[in-house]
Amino acid sequence: MSSLLAAVSADADLMVAQNVFFALISLVMVIAAVRVVTTGNVVHAALWLVVVLAGVAVQFLFLGAEFVAVTQVLVYIGAVIVLFLFGVMLTKASMGDDESVVNERRGMAGMVGLLLFAVMAIALFDSFGDKRVVIDEPQSVNTVSDSIFSQYIVPFEAVSVLLLAALIGAIVLARKD
Amino acid sequence: MLLNQFLLLAAALFCIGVYGVLVRRSAMLVLMSIELILNAVNINLVAFGALTDDVGGSVFALFTIAVAAAEVGIGLAIVLLMYRNRRSIDLAQVDLLKG
Repeated sequence: MSSLLAAVSADADLMVAQNVFFALISLVMVIAAVRVVTTGNVVHAALWLVVVLAGVAVQFLFLGAEFVAVTQVLVYIGAVIVLFLFGVMLTKASMGDDESVVNERRGMAGMVGLLLFAVMAIALFDSFGDKRVVIDEPQSVNTVSDSIFSQYIVPFEAVSVLLLAALIGAIVLARKD
Repeated sequence: MLLNQFLLLAAALFCIGVYGVLVRRSAMLVLMSIELILNAVNINLVAFGALTDDVGGSVFALFTIAVAAAEVGIGLAIVLLMYRNRRSIDLAQVDLLKG
């Protein structure tokens, strides 16, 4: 981490403001993500998830992918969180503190998470130590849509069929009969 | 900005999500942890797209968002069905296939 900080501060191209905002937002995101997986209240977990998803949208803006950021806000914060809250209501998933956090798997799972992060961090520093992303201008919606409807038309159609299948499947599964 | 900033953030989110999937017992909370994992993947896709100055990263991030929406829909339908049949969404009790 200290080498990363050194590399960031050695960034002489004066992107100080961006880096400070990046650090603040990623700190908030990591704290919120930890709260999502540790809080005992299901509704609180969903609301912390909103913070993480909004942070991810800001990261997309940092990377110049504004259409993805807008889609993230619309689909995730607009639709997915509402679905989660409806699910919590419909299943009465214990609004108060439950014992779901306190179980014997916690130490093992924490170790798995930390080891995974350590391995990934080493691999990332090894492979992409000083690579820089240079964002001259944000990707316009034009280029994204041109690419979707020409080069990636087959995956796009596959995703449409997948969404239709998921819609029908959800109705069939949740129907009362 | 360094590429590693984004990749490390995504790795942290991914590992927190993995921890949540492993440690949580309520099916709703496991689904939320899966959302964390999928978002980490999206950050990686867009970051590599920005590195190579290719629009493919953004396009595949959009596809991932669509697939994640479908996954949440089906997942919540399954959780609802589980609740209707067993009056509980505790994953530790779902062991019908255990030998």
